[in-house]
Amino acid sequence: MAALMPAPAASRHLMSGNEAVARAVWEAGVKVAAAYPGTPSTEMMEVVSTYPDIYAEWSVNEKVSLEVAIGAAYAGSRAFCCMKHVGMNVASDALMTLTLTGVIGGLVIAIADDVGLSSSQNEQDSRYWGRFAHVPVFEPADSQEAYDMTKLAYELSERFQVPVILRMTTRINHVKALVTVGERVPHAGAGFKKEPGRFVMVPGNAGKRIPLMFQRDVELRAAAENSPLNIIEDGSDKRVGFITSGPAYMHVKEAFPDAPVLKLGFSHPLPFEKCRALAALVEQIVVVEEVEPLVETELKAQGLEVLGKEILPLQGELSPNVLRPAIARLLGEPEPKQAPFAPLAVFPRPPTMCVACPHLGVYYTLSQVRNINIAGDIGCYTLGAGHPWNALDTCVSMGASMGVALGMDKGRGESDKDKRIVAVIGDSTFLHMGMQGLLDMVYNKGNVTVLLLDNRAVGMTGGQDNPGNGRDIHGEEAPRIDFAKLVAALGVKEERVHVVDPYELPVLFKTIREEVKVPDVSVIITNQPCVLIKDYHKLKPYEVIDDKCTGCGNCIDVGCPAIHVTRRGKEVKASGREVDLAFVRIESSVCTGCGLCVQPCAPKAIVHHVPSAPVQFAKEGGCA
Amino acid sequence: MTATTNILVVGIGGQGVMTATEILAEAAIATGHDAKKTEVAGMAQRGGVVSSHLRFGPKVLSPQIAPGTADLLLGFESAETMRWQHMLKPGAMTLMNTARLVPPVVELGLFDYPDDPLAEIRRTGNPVVAFDATRIAQELGDIRLGNTVMLGAIADYLPFPAETLLDGVLKRFHKKGEKLVDLNRRAFAAGRAAVEGNREMPPA
Repeated sequence: MAALMPAPAASRHLMSGNEAVARAVWEAGVKVAAAYPGTPSTEMMEVVSTYPDIYAEWSVNEKVSLEVAIGAAYAGSRAFCCMKHVGMNVASDALMTLTLTGVIGGLVIAIADDVGLSSSQNEQDSRYWGRFAHVPVFEPADSQEAYDMTKLAYELSERFQVPVILRMTTRINHVKALVTVGERVPHAGAGFKKEPGRFVMVPGNAGKRIPLMFQRDVELRAAAENSPLNIIEDGSDKRVGFITSGPAYMHVKEAFPDAPVLKLGFSHPLPFEKCRALAALVEQIVVVEEVEPLVETELKAQGLEVLGKEILPLQGELSPNVLRPAIARLLGEPEPKQAPFAPLAVFPRPPTMCVACPHLGVYYTLSQVRNINIAGDIGCYTLGAGHPWNALDTCVSMGASMGVALGMDKGRGESDKDKRIVAVIGDSTFLHMGMQGLLDMVYNKGNVTVLLLDNRAVGMTGGQDNPGNGRDIHGEEAPRIDFAKLVAALGVKEERVHVVDPYELPVLFKTIREEVKVPDVSVIITNQPCVLIKDYHKLKPYEVIDDKCTGCGNCIDVGCPAIHVTRRGKEVKASGREVDLAFVRIESSVCTGCGLCVQPCAPKAIVHHVPSAPVQFAKEGGCA
Repeated sequence: MTATTNILVVGIGGQGVMTATEILAEAAIATGHDAKKTEVAGMAQRGGVVSSHLRFGPKVLSPQIAPGTADLLLGFESAETMRWQHMLKPGAMTLMNTARLVPPVVELGLFDYPDDPLAEIRRTGNPVVAFDATRIAQELGDIRLGNTVMLGAIADYLPFPAETLLDGVLKRFHKKGEKLVDLNRRAFAAGRAAVEGNREMPPA
């Protein structure tokens, strides 16, 4: 993204939580910021990269991004790192020792929990990391708080020489609300000072740091007790008081405007005395938190009588219309009426691959190959599990396709003893955590055919740059990794490495079918760019000659959203078998001429579109 | 309308639903309201379901619109407009594009697209104004103007002047030249006119 002139101090803007954090990071004088993209966190680093006087990078994975931030913080500079919830699973190895060394320059780690799984493989509560790693956790409730708390987190981080977790959720990251911004205050780091007893975590040194960590817990709890981020708002309806944090606070205030509330902004270590103070004001306390009962469990251990997940859901987002009936039941009141009628029945509309996506060629081909099990990975290509391809059998974690495929190979049972094992992984996922798995597969003599889909982008999160496309976070030239050489360096035999154009279906099919027969590790690299990035060039669109279409439906099996059925029919074959027919048209205004559907079309009914009316292709159309 | 106005904008990924809602939010702010905008979008860039929530008023707390509490529904696609009817307050207005965007799961024969979404929406008893925003945009020369046509359609149903919303739309095109500004001005006017011609009940 291009550098922007930052908006002036004291001005008010409609900002997402991600934009608000990015602004605060810049204002806090942060020098180094690093991240790997992941919904809903991605925009934080995208926006940070637009500010001047701050080093920003896309790291290859979250662990590396945290380590880069740690190095900068050791050197005395302020540092920032952000990730989605599952990113911290990857980065946690660094976090768990970082807590012992602490930091010199302030370090804030923003973790975005995808509560409700809008775009993730699981639902996690990142507040656990605060408990596990003994580091403080801040929980903003809207964009303004995300901005304010980020700045306060840097102060706390330096005061206690501890990294601070800013725990966000999708309802903070992606909600836009008004934020009043301030000024940048430069922060000068003193530079790295050698202090081996603190920064070299060998057992003898680390053991001495552990008591300091526990002492810090005590001091942090005292700070939480006195923090203006933890406030009791009294109310007239004392029947139920609420202890709440994050976006749940807004839902509580919306649903129960007259109830006393303890709002936790600095939620770990938990300020027990403040919780007891609320208890003294009300008849009973309900803890409202997304998603795990962390505060609730700790308060119960303290002997406080509170309710929480007994009456509220353990999964997914809360909202006023989740809270109102639960509290009504608790108080023995009639449940408030919600929607006047049930949702009308409408077909599901799952996400689809884009028109002309190079993955269409891969999955169409895989759907035509028999007798294979396919270990998948995380990215747009996970959609290959859906219709019409049904050509992806597992999805676990970033890079897991490699290890899972090897395990499926080694763990074969009677039913799959003759099956071929295929792994599918994207370029960025491969660089993130797939390389190690491939090395393991080679070293342990696996029999797997790996499809490495190099589309030169982190497609699912919006086409961010990575080491595979030769551009850095600012879109400027950077060293570009050569995947064929990389996999060869990891030990894959050169004759088992193929670079294939995924739009050339016969070549792709032949290559896959031949490689799955070879009892060795093969890597087939597909080399066409994501259609959403600037490397992609549109070609002349296609159309269907109506009276040539025989309704065979082969083109529909490609799965391109530009192909539409115009009418259906039935045909009785010579064998007496009745087959369904689907006659099609191509939406030429969105077709970009990849030619995938042309290849399986038996009657050759798909031809280049001849425009009749004014042409409206985008300028960059590059018509062939 | 009550102190907080709840507007639901729905469609599918890539139609400009989120941008349209953002422009509505900016217009609400420009007229002195607090505002919050949020989406249930998921992997929306990939042609999935998008519902964008806008709440504005003196002070907005929760960003989500609860089922049965939306004051207005702006639907960019027929079946999607149908999908979210339960979100409306009884008697609240729907403004909808009659265009049908058929997803691959329907093309594959796995599901059916409703024969007449408009009729099913009418059956709820809520008022609805339907118009073909996509065709209007095409007639103006660019299908991408559909977004502005939709904003024009909602302009006379808001508790602030239509001109404030129009200014917000045009501001986005100032840097792109007078021709685009003029096209969007015409698209906005066409959206307003389309609703005017199909009105079933007076605006709020």
